[in-house]
Amino acid sequence: MMKQTIRVASGQGFWGDLLDAPVRQVKGGQIDYLMLDYLAEVTMSIMQKQRARDANAGYARDFVSLMREILPDCVEKKIRVTSNAGGVNPKGCAEAVRDAARDLGLSGKLKIGIVTGDDIMPRLDEFLRRGIEFRNMDTGELLATVRDKVQSANVYIGATALVEALDKGADVVVTGRATDTGLTLAPLMHEFGWRNDDWNLLAAGTIAGHIIECGAQASGGNCLYKWNEIPDLTDVGFPIVEAQSDGSFIVTKHENTGGCVSLQTVKEQLVYEMGDPFNYITPDCVADFTSINVEDAGENRVRVFGIKGKEATDFYKVSISYSAGYKAVGTLVYSYPDAFEKAKAADKILRGRLERLGLKFDLIHTEFVGANALHGHLAGEPPANLPEVQLRVGVRGQDRKAVERFTKEIAPLILTGPPGVTGFAGGRPKVEEIVAFFPALIPKTEIETSIEILEV
Amino acid sequence: MRIQLTELAHARSGDKGDTANVGLLAFTPEIYEIIKREVTAERVKTHFDLMVKGAVERFELPNLHALNFLLHESLGGGGTLSLMTDAQGKTFSTALLRMEIELSDEEAKMIESLSH
Repeated sequence: MMKQTIRVASGQGFWGDLLDAPVRQVKGGQIDYLMLDYLAEVTMSIMQKQRARDANAGYARDFVSLMREILPDCVEKKIRVTSNAGGVNPKGCAEAVRDAARDLGLSGKLKIGIVTGDDIMPRLDEFLRRGIEFRNMDTGELLATVRDKVQSANVYIGATALVEALDKGADVVVTGRATDTGLTLAPLMHEFGWRNDDWNLLAAGTIAGHIIECGAQASGGNCLYKWNEIPDLTDVGFPIVEAQSDGSFIVTKHENTGGCVSLQTVKEQLVYEMGDPFNYITPDCVADFTSINVEDAGENRVRVFGIKGKEATDFYKVSISYSAGYKAVGTLVYSYPDAFEKAKAADKILRGRLERLGLKFDLIHTEFVGANALHGHLAGEPPANLPEVQLRVGVRGQDRKAVERFTKEIAPLILTGPPGVTGFAGGRPKVEEIVAFFPALIPKTEIETSIEILEV
Repeated sequence: MRIQLTELAHARSGDKGDTANVGLLAFTPEIYEIIKREVTAERVKTHFDLMVKGAVERFELPNLHALNFLLHESLGGGGTLSLMTDAQGKTFSTALLRMEIELSDEEAKMIESLSH
């Protein structure tokens, strides 16, 4: 029998989010699904490098430790898990989870679904040869201009492939580059039998996913509205969607947790990273954020309903990462009196030395933290005699040696520049390779996802 | 009467590449009408001045009493390319709330009554 209400809980807003959050979602009350988003764009290229060194690596290892901790509870309470922790090696990730489940004595009690097909790196040249040009969605540039520097290429796949895995009985679904929203939408499609062309329902599930995909950002974290009245963020509860088959849902959190779910916390998250609200494009549908109704439904409960969607486009978005040079950022802190003036003088001296050395950079960027680093001219003239100012200078360029030399020019400012300076305990700044992103489109007809089920 | 947006609205901002977005959420439906009239794309562009090198686009969400602004070319290249502390545009929200707008006497009274 179809359940009336499906509860999907958010466990991670990004790779590096509160480690306890998913454990508390599983133990703190009743849920049906736990969704865990691990992938930012930069994560894919890090994982690609890890896999190049070790064929068994290339996924979020934290996920395996987490599964080890919560799988016994998940099996007992019949909680299923959707996650894109698979990174560039979903199979390796799923096998590690399987091994952990066997160690826990869960053999015969669990199925793990693997969704693949998002990684198009091996087919990139074939696509280019066949005339798929991969034009940068932001700049119009062609991929050919950076092809030799490409490190990873993944299609953002939607909910459909995850639904197939759930239909086949997977208790844990591991994907590569699936969209964050698909991790929430898939369970709802599976449970309620929503079809691939129920555009309004797919949009509703997508927006539910958007609300909880950044974890506590929907339940009081980073909330500007009366921020100092939000209770107990120490113990913040992560958001949960209670969905109905008609596409309406309640956003809430477990009882006896901190933070809050209010109209304001939900609305702030709705507008987060929003582009054109009429056309929020995912692989599954095009959601219309101007159709969303929100209403107060009691303490820590917000009802969301009336959502409209449109037909999905014929394209998948591709995220291609490529090496784009090097950067480093150095900082020093100047003290009262004349902290701001000293920091400005030090910046001038540093720039003079970089110039004398003949170092070439694409960009040198200076900020004065404590004076105007964030709001620029909008911060106004800083008050006279600030107690302290951090000088923060960054450089970026194609020549690694030049960036490296820059990192050696910061510490000397302490003995050869303005006085009253400190804050160099961390040593020389690190040179970082820049991995930049190239967003493009590919026709959906070129991509085939596939499902594999591992029995524990 | 001149009033700062921080008295009338809250906001959240984020990034997509080199574009920052700011969602501006009016405290009440009445205030939404005021900010819709006053906080135009042109005025937002002027407010941010050199902080936004590209165009400013505005979208209306009357259902949420919100406006969404896209501030193009504002994040120093965006993502990993940016050398800015705020490469993800997280504090463009509060930077927009610094903006001041003009209220009629009647509107000023209405705002006054809300805060009491």
